[in-house]
Amino acid sequence: MTTILRATGEHVVIVVVAVVIAIAIGVPLGIWAARRARAGGAALRVVDAIQTIPSLALFGFLIPIPFIGGIGMRTAIVALILYSLLPVVRNTVTGIRGVEPAVREAGVAMGFTPRQLLFEVELPLAMPSIVAGIRIATVTAIGVATIAAAIGGGGLGTLIFRGVAMVDSKLILAGALPAAALALVADVVMSAIERRLIR
Amino acid sequence: MPASIEFRGVSVAGILHDLDLRIGAGEAVAFIGRSGAGKTTSLRLINGLATPTRGDVIIDGAAVTDFIPLRRRTGYIIQGSGLFPHRTVYENVATLPRLLKWDETKTREEATKLLDRLGLPAAQFAGRYPRSLSGGEQQRVGIARAIVARPGILLCDEPFGALDPIVRRELQDSFTAIREERNATIVFVTHDLAEAMRVAERVVVFDGGRIVADTPARELPRHDAPAVRALVAAASLPA
Repeated sequence: MTTILRATGEHVVIVVVAVVIAIAIGVPLGIWAARRARAGGAALRVVDAIQTIPSLALFGFLIPIPFIGGIGMRTAIVALILYSLLPVVRNTVTGIRGVEPAVREAGVAMGFTPRQLLFEVELPLAMPSIVAGIRIATVTAIGVATIAAAIGGGGLGTLIFRGVAMVDSKLILAGALPAAALALVADVVMSAIERRLIR
Repeated sequence: MPASIEFRGVSVAGILHDLDLRIGAGEAVAFIGRSGAGKTTSLRLINGLATPTRGDVIIDGAAVTDFIPLRRRTGYIIQGSGLFPHRTVYENVATLPRLLKWDETKTREEATKLLDRLGLPAAQFAGRYPRSLSGGEQQRVGIARAIVARPGILLCDEPFGALDPIVRRELQDSFTAIREERNATIVFVTHDLAEAMRVAERVVVFDGGRIVADTPARELPRHDAPAVRALVAAASLPA
């Protein structure tokens, strides 16, 4: 039981750290991309491309890279950040671009500075879409984080990999069930936040 | 304080050609013309939402260098209201007073008075969100939001264009009543001749990016410019 709790704790830490960093990078990147059609499109294609790399391969690619790579939790977090970027960036772009032009223009015409327009009009209106992106990123990260155990990242994947190696279904379930439960809880909580934001 | 507006040789590539026009402080002028005649672009030049390719727009005797302060003393009412959907009726109306750092008591007092005056009792409407209002109610909130901070200039871009004829007439009446109380220079874009004559005392007729008539509203039906005659003919009822 303690092993499961410890692994779950590790899992939550990896996911939370990765998603928080992905938000810190992804939301500003999305705001920037939403304002520039060409450069924004290129940025989106890059994060899109990262998403197409199979997760196990991505972990593998990162191992030899100095500073961010190697074996352990740090590499796992870097990979999860890269994975979580796409939904956050894409949904930020969609949310900001989705603001009705008349509403944006009303703000400009009332004398909002670009910064006030962003914080008082664009971001609040884009928030349901951004939160939906964060929800997708979190749920995906919880799943992908189980594979992080393959490179010594810790978390619930450790139990699953050990169970597979020992052909022990109980051990596999001890890792898989809490991971599934975490994903469900994250989904329910964030969906509720999303619904509250939609007016 | 109402402000004067002057266009000096203003052109916008492909839309407006060498526009010269002076609107005195406190005047109410309607810009009228067919779609694409240049009336909305002319209106948007006043608060910098459009930029001239040549010429100057002069407000109160000076060319505008920073539009943000000008916009804060210029009301702007558009079709479909452009209300902030994430803010309540009260918060929408309080937007500009808050930008101008009015104290909250004064903001509440002015907003409440104005909403009541526009037929939206604050007790009933202040806490509601725009999506729960009818088109006419949203437009009333749009008017309140535009005039709450007592702007020197009020720009209206076909504000009642999307409303049914009865609501439209009611809003025109509310607008003219409020216009009398608020001292502002008004520019009102419409393609409805009757509306232009109701809300303004002077009518400027646009055609093909040029001014083809500039006349007191009551003399418009007798004006002999072909573009004006076409508008008058189109506005009259079948015999």
